[in-house]
Amino acid sequence: MTVFMVLSTIAILAALGVVLFSSPVRSALCLVFNFFTLAFIYFGLKTELLGITQIVVYTGAIMVLFLFVIMLLNLGGPQTWKERFEFRTVLGFGFGFALAAVIASQVFANFQYFDKPQAPDSFGSPQALGRVLFTHYVWPFEVASILLLIGIVGSIMLAKRKL
Amino acid sequence: MLFDLPPRYSYGCMTDWLIQQSPAVQATIRVLVFVLPVLIIVPGLIWWERRLLSWMQDRIGPNRVGPFGLLQPIADGVKLFFKEDITPAAVDRLIYFVAPAVALFPAFAIGATLPWGPHYGPLMHWTPIADVNIGILYILAISSLGVYGVVLSGYASNNKYSLLGGLRASAQLISYELAMSVSLAGIVMATGSLKLTDMVAEQMKPLWGWDAAAVFQNWFIFTPFGFIAAVIFLICMVAETNRAPFDLPEAENEIIAGYHTEYSSMKVAVFFMGEYATMFIFGGVFATVFLGGWNMLPVNWDVLAAQVPAVAPFARVMDGANYWLAPLWFLGKCAGGITFYIWLRATLPRLRYDQLMSLGWKSLLPMAVANFIVVAIWIMCTKLYGPAGGWISMFVALAIIYVLYLNVVSATSKSGWYAQGRIRMTEGAEKRRPIALVDPSKEVRP
Repeated sequence: MTVFMVLSTIAILAALGVVLFSSPVRSALCLVFNFFTLAFIYFGLKTELLGITQIVVYTGAIMVLFLFVIMLLNLGGPQTWKERFEFRTVLGFGFGFALAAVIASQVFANFQYFDKPQAPDSFGSPQALGRVLFTHYVWPFEVASILLLIGIVGSIMLAKRKL
Repeated sequence: MLFDLPPRYSYGCMTDWLIQQSPAVQATIRVLVFVLPVLIIVPGLIWWERRLLSWMQDRIGPNRVGPFGLLQPIADGVKLFFKEDITPAAVDRLIYFVAPAVALFPAFAIGATLPWGPHYGPLMHWTPIADVNIGILYILAISSLGVYGVVLSGYASNNKYSLLGGLRASAQLISYELAMSVSLAGIVMATGSLKLTDMVAEQMKPLWGWDAAAVFQNWFIFTPFGFIAAVIFLICMVAETNRAPFDLPEAENEIIAGYHTEYSSMKVAVFFMGEYATMFIFGGVFATVFLGGWNMLPVNWDVLAAQVPAVAPFARVMDGANYWLAPLWFLGKCAGGITFYIWLRATLPRLRYDQLMSLGWKSLLPMAVANFIVVAIWIMCTKLYGPAGGWISMFVALAIIYVLYLNVVSATSKSGWYAQGRIRMTEGAEKRRPIALVDPSKEVRP
């Protein structure tokens, strides 16, 4: 529990950093740190595969591309701008709180049955996940893979003028 | 096996004491036992690289400080400590200072799932540090974090050359990670597990699945698919650690020193420490996945003792040595990996950027995927028709893929079908050049 408290505090601070830093690279770094801490929370819940997927996909691949793009576009200089008070800001906050309330009403209801700090032993192990993916969920799995393939072909078509 | 132990067997006082500790304390002790040596070994690696490189280049190398120049790294360390630590005025200070630490982190974290010793008997409680069921994925994940140190230092230095180095590094690492993971995926399928201890156990089975050859171990590098995967992994591992001939992020004739141009004193030393530690651990990963892990030689000594009684006493001694000195053999294989790195650096010229990309995407990745398919066919046919059917199917699949490859090559090269007018060539394909280490247009003729 202590481990969870410490890690979640760090994760929340990092998430705040994403929004509050003015330099885009620092924001991206905070996001990396947030993902990394989340992975450790997953490790703490004994779902190693989920945690490592988090690191491989988000920290190792997607965020590197983010940084790459930020560096290529050279969005380095901190920019500040002052906005006039607008009713849109109020409206934005209002919608934000409404969304948070909707999510919270769904999530917090499940917390009353929450008594174990860890997942059961074989939950989310590579074997269990593989078996489920290739039996029960084989159709969505294959459809998703074809979708990804189409995405790759499409990006090549966009990037290359002549084939 | 040597140890057919009853459940209440006492392992000897040290291991008994270790088992009684809480899991966190056990892990800490394992970290101290197996990570500190890596830290201590790094100066030795630098000495070995300098001496071996100079020997290969017909020079003498550092030989003045201590016997054979062995104390040279200490002298270098003292020099680096006392050098002036310059921080350029225009750097992004926070990221500039954090980057070397970020570069060092994966180097020390990556070895956590490597088995330094046997997975049975008393030594199994000492190693690996965490025998989680995602062992190989963990290594891939942490090695993919290595790019952050390079990219951040390149960005924070606020220097064109540093930024170029950082960008090159990120492109290179993303490209070569793919081929590396796919080549390892084949091995994971053959093992049926992501655990590194299971991979070593799989490699201790009889060679090629023949019970007649049970004396020899089935190291993955001896199998056809394992050999191909090993070659791909070896190339990707050199690219992942930014070493010659893939050291484009720090190519000194183009971009000064790349990402660590603006770093001085101990910060640059930290970068080098991370690089050498990563090289060492990657040597260990290669040894674990392809070279039988901690085993000394590809021989099952206990089977040898049973089958050939004449050499039984010798085999028993070797079995004991193989078991009890396992970390030593593992260390030897890591040292072999480092030597290979140095050999490459002394032999091969640096790749051009387009060569680097076409090697990664056009050669290694298709090869790795083809190899992956071959492993799948082999496993399937072994289950259906037994070992012989499996082996025949594997060679047939390899032959089919090779013929397909030849067709693709002849279809895309100038002497192939296009040139004979059977298929019309589009404009872009005509300009494609084959990969050559020397750019033919710039070759100097005597």
